[in-house]
Amino acid sequence: METYINLFIKSVFLENMALSFFLGMCTFLVISKKIDTAIGLGIAVVFVQVITVPANNLLFQYLLKDGALAWAGLPNVDLSFLGLISYIGTIAAIVQILEMVMERFFPALANALGIFLPLITVNCVILAGSLLMVERDYNFTESVVYGVGTGAGWALAITLLAGIREKLKYSDIPDGLQGLGIAFICGGLMSLGFLALSGIQI
Amino acid sequence: MDSESKKVLVEPLIDNNPITLQVLGICSALAVTSKLSTAITMCIALTVVTAFSNAAVSLVRNHLPTNIRIIAQMTIIASLVIVVDQFLRAFAFGISKELSVFVGLIITNCIVLGRTEAYALKNPPWPSFLDGIGNGLGYSAILISLGTVRELFGSGTLLGIEILPLIKNGGWYNPAGIMLLPPSAFFLIGFIIWGVRSWRTAQMEKREYQVHQVHRTEVM
Repeated sequence: METYINLFIKSVFLENMALSFFLGMCTFLVISKKIDTAIGLGIAVVFVQVITVPANNLLFQYLLKDGALAWAGLPNVDLSFLGLISYIGTIAAIVQILEMVMERFFPALANALGIFLPLITVNCVILAGSLLMVERDYNFTESVVYGVGTGAGWALAITLLAGIREKLKYSDIPDGLQGLGIAFICGGLMSLGFLALSGIQI
Repeated sequence: MDSESKKVLVEPLIDNNPITLQVLGICSALAVTSKLSTAITMCIALTVVTAFSNAAVSLVRNHLPTNIRIIAQMTIIASLVIVVDQFLRAFAFGISKELSVFVGLIITNCIVLGRTEAYALKNPPWPSFLDGIGNGLGYSAILISLGTVRELFGSGTLLGIEILPLIKNGGWYNPAGIMLLPPSAFFLIGFIIWGVRSWRTAQMEKREYQVHQVHRTEVM
């Protein structure tokens, strides 16, 4: 149990996807103007991450890994070079299915997430979660925890940035720094803050 | 080279830079620039992928049904990235290890999909190819300047060769460790944007609220 809690803390704070790995930056900077939309997008990311990371974990462990096809009588086959295309395929398919299921059964939620859901396919956080999970060779349970952790960490970061930017629009910022420039500087300051958490271990 | 293709090639360098204006492909710009060598490798990889995926998408653009075009583009891009990834693993294994997941993440690098969506779907293959090269170069310009500053001041070296003699080797330079940490990349890009926008004022964003300007004569 301890390892899982540790992994969760690590993926939310120490290895925060947005602030220490710089993933999902484009959406992080563009969609963080309002807190409401930021929270909506954050929830959508957690949702998709929790499903895709474990799904890709199963795909890797039972189909792509070196020797993983032993159950099919092909112990010498190594399909790991097909990784990238299979993971992105899984992600695109799952996002599409999620969208259809949500429209059918949870129309309110689907409305709230709106355009963000399809856009998540090209959010690097999702693909990076799967790629890092493969690189570190997590088992199934670890991959579930890792999915929740990375998604939650990213959601936390974008919500915080949106909060800062909502206040910032009343400030007197130099013209050239307006908008994108100041968002970068804020991101840097937040990332400094998250650095203070490094070294925490349970 | 005629003026049209020259414009396509040169415009993304400053006037329509993918990073500072279009806000595309920022993840890797921040993450791989703590060393110049990884930054250069990333630039070459991204420029190659953008150029060829633009050309490939443009070739099939008239046969692509609009509702499945994203998946089709993703497949083209993913195949190209796999080629680049395998190539790096074969010929530059050290650098490929350092770049870790970021080569794979070229797939979701918004520059690639952004350019195929915005340009290649509407234009013939040759201009699309040039557009890919141009945007790759615009991205490279930012990455290489970031990589140079961060490596030079963070560890006193460029491409692993010592430029500023370090104190621990008997020189005078004490490396600024913060340059190697994530926050410095944010600050540096912020300052680059500030610089570019003060020079090209057309790129400035409008204020949502204007603070009321008080002149001293009003107060008196």
